[in-house]
Amino acid sequence: MEYAMLINHGLCFGCDSCKVSCMKEKNLPFEEPGITIQQIGPMKLDGKWEWDYVPVPTSLCDLCADRRAQGKKAACEQHCLSLVIEVLPVDQIGARMVELGGKKVSVFMP
Amino acid sequence: MLNPEEPYVLEESDGVMKVRTCAWSPPGDHPVGWGVVVTVKDNKILKVEGDPDHPITQGRLDVRNLSLDEVVYSKERLQSPMVRDRADRGKDAWKAVSWDEAYDLIESKIREVWEKWGAETIFTLTGTGRESTLYAPVYGPAICNTPNGASTYAFSGEACYGPRATITNYLLGAGVPEIDSAQYWEDRYDHPGYVVPKYIMVWGKDPLFSSPDGFFGPCIIDLIKRGSKIITVDPRLTWLGAKAEYHLQLRPGTDAAVGMGFLNVIISEGLYDKEFVDCWTYGFNELAEAVKEWTPERVQEVSWVDPEVLVGAARAFATNSPSTATWGVALDQSKASTQAAQCFLAICTICGYIDVPGGITITKPTSFIGQWRYDMMDVLDPEMAAKHIIDPDGKYSLFNAGAAMGGVQGDTLLNWLEGKWADREDYYKLRMCWIIGNNPLACMADQPQRWYEAMKDLEFIVVNDIFMTPTIMGLADVVLPLSTYVEHEGLVTPNYGRNQHFIGAMNKIIENPNTKSDLEILIDMGRRMRPELWEGMETPDKFFDAKLRENYGYGLDEVKAVPAKMAGYEYKKYEKGLLRADGKMGFQTSTGRIELWSPVLRNYGEQPLPYFEEPEFSHESKPELKEEFPLYYTTGGRHISMFHSEHRQADLTTRKLHPWPLVTLHPETAAQYGIQNGDWVEVTSPQGRMVQKASISLEVTPKFVHVEHAWWFPEQCGEAPNLYGVFKANANNLIPHESVSVTGYGAPYKNGICKIRKVANLEGDPFNGANA
Repeated sequence: MEYAMLINHGLCFGCDSCKVSCMKEKNLPFEEPGITIQQIGPMKLDGKWEWDYVPVPTSLCDLCADRRAQGKKAACEQHCLSLVIEVLPVDQIGARMVELGGKKVSVFMP
Repeated sequence: MLNPEEPYVLEESDGVMKVRTCAWSPPGDHPVGWGVVVTVKDNKILKVEGDPDHPITQGRLDVRNLSLDEVVYSKERLQSPMVRDRADRGKDAWKAVSWDEAYDLIESKIREVWEKWGAETIFTLTGTGRESTLYAPVYGPAICNTPNGASTYAFSGEACYGPRATITNYLLGAGVPEIDSAQYWEDRYDHPGYVVPKYIMVWGKDPLFSSPDGFFGPCIIDLIKRGSKIITVDPRLTWLGAKAEYHLQLRPGTDAAVGMGFLNVIISEGLYDKEFVDCWTYGFNELAEAVKEWTPERVQEVSWVDPEVLVGAARAFATNSPSTATWGVALDQSKASTQAAQCFLAICTICGYIDVPGGITITKPTSFIGQWRYDMMDVLDPEMAAKHIIDPDGKYSLFNAGAAMGGVQGDTLLNWLEGKWADREDYYKLRMCWIIGNNPLACMADQPQRWYEAMKDLEFIVVNDIFMTPTIMGLADVVLPLSTYVEHEGLVTPNYGRNQHFIGAMNKIIENPNTKSDLEILIDMGRRMRPELWEGMETPDKFFDAKLRENYGYGLDEVKAVPAKMAGYEYKKYEKGLLRADGKMGFQTSTGRIELWSPVLRNYGEQPLPYFEEPEFSHESKPELKEEFPLYYTTGGRHISMFHSEHRQADLTTRKLHPWPLVTLHPETAAQYGIQNGDWVEVTSPQGRMVQKASISLEVTPKFVHVEHAWWFPEQCGEAPNLYGVFKANANNLIPHESVSVTGYGAPYKNGICKIRKVANLEGDPFNGANA
């Protein structure tokens, strides 16, 4: 079964824990991250504030296959201060997206 | 060495151990007590991870703790006690010595000062937030025999936590209020009887990024997921503000006006909890009268807050029971801090949210080591205690009466050091200073160059820290290298005992014989100078065990056996006689009720009810300055990778995440001054100037800019006069000295007026077409 990374990014506030925990787990240099964080806003859309962060894994991400084989969560999934990252089998992704409210949820297969 | 049989060693195989601990500091952090698992082999850290079994942090971990190994093994870390000739202050002329040599020198200097000038000429300085907060106050009385220690900061208006803790003590007779995030129980949000707050009001605080005083900020995200909605009160649009139902974007320093307007809506529309107000509060009618003139329109005139947003927020907060609220350091950092804090507590009180499920937790004022640090001030003989420095002209009633947190009021201390009262008969010159857990030139000192000049001529200065700092390079004769939290034994006490939901064991995981903790140094030197105070407490373990048994009836073993020893919580303690020392119902105040009209404040020369006072430097109070200083500024927003002046070393991930101090400007302001992202910008107030890099964002409005605090540049030349560039980007250059309230609390670190211009570089050289 293929896995993917689901991010409930509407509640990501850009704490950088995914980035640094990944760097430490994979022993990566700061300049070559396994996951990046994209910032959107702050800006006003139709009179309402929009300010989001979207973590985006890079090609160095293997969804922490080793950690998951040991029954642990992926490094970013465990350390995320908002607990908005989940590594799931792809056949569960659609249902989980809907369960999370169906807004500002993103999925990556790095 | 680490014994694999210890309960906090979770796994062991082939010499690799996974070891649990609870984080506080150093390096800097507040007593959140992050659950941490460290993988070690041969006394070397291999990895730092979160502890999934910790009831509060649940496996999560912030970037400062995730990259802890970089601090522990930094080549810039202090690795040995060092001494320097007094004549060489400001020069990199340090000589490494042994701990015994350093202790011998400090002992002989203290005895020399005692003999020549008297113990009262010694003073100690501490910082806020770090673990040293618990131990630094004891250095003064229990080592140096001086009354001029305790919680003394090089800090105008003691403008952090002390004001809020003190006002809570007066009005509620309790420690400090905290959001009920089910933090007292192991089963957290599933605990029977717990209710999720409908609204969380976040006032003058950005807890997701600061996790202050023992509150784990991301609990707010947990609660949003469970249905809580947000109200924010902040000059800046924070990320949380952008997600809020209501964001009250106020003029910096006008919190009390907004608070009175908020109260007025709730009271005039009859939205308060009448039963609670009748049974448990004192002075409600007087409060109602005092806030009546604060209509939403009047509030807007003063504070810029949109009347619709104010009314909407007040109605939503009051009519959705239970709701909760939290207040930040912004409420300490204005002259009218007391009045703003009174309003905040009154709002929470009249809505009936104190001590109820999903509301606001409170506990008895202090406990455990929190109380011990105050008790230890009593070890001075009365004649020496009477030499405690207060303002000789009689200002600052709280401090004169010993009703504040026991220290020397910060503005009084600078005046004293500068010799303001040198002609008085009872004046004596200060001779020695011990700085514990503080880097005042970078972080706390208002007008830092004045403090630097005022302290330069002291006879002898000692500093404890983990890195070389501008304060050490500029001022110290002896520096004692501290161990990090994985190199010593400690206990984490959230909110310093004032609303303590658990106690966590900080376990020594690696040996670093070159360094010691603030507590070890305290015990070592305490036993040299006043051995009678330390019987049975010769090591940190014995000290903790004795104090735990004395207060809770269990020992250190029980704390070390679990990720966090949870305290449990009883709601509505005021109905059960659990808040008062005499066991009666009600609150530990003179009236037994929550005092909306405060007899205590009146006794200290302050008005008993909240009122609004313009900041000393604003366009309203100083219209003649408006043309020259057309903008307002606020300061102190937190980046998550740094704690005050720490985590700035260039090779650390924490600095790479946030390499430069940023001044945030609205796009219109930037366009008006020809400034682009990344340009150097000089910000000048009537008191001074500083330079930071432009960040253009809608987080601020065109009326004000935001600057960061506590910057210095470890990669720059450390020797005087540069001192790692500490005076260049220093927000405290902008802050007036002694613009504080009649009580001595509250200083305008977060509000003032300024002008800006684009400059060429960090030095502030004129811009001539090219950036350096």
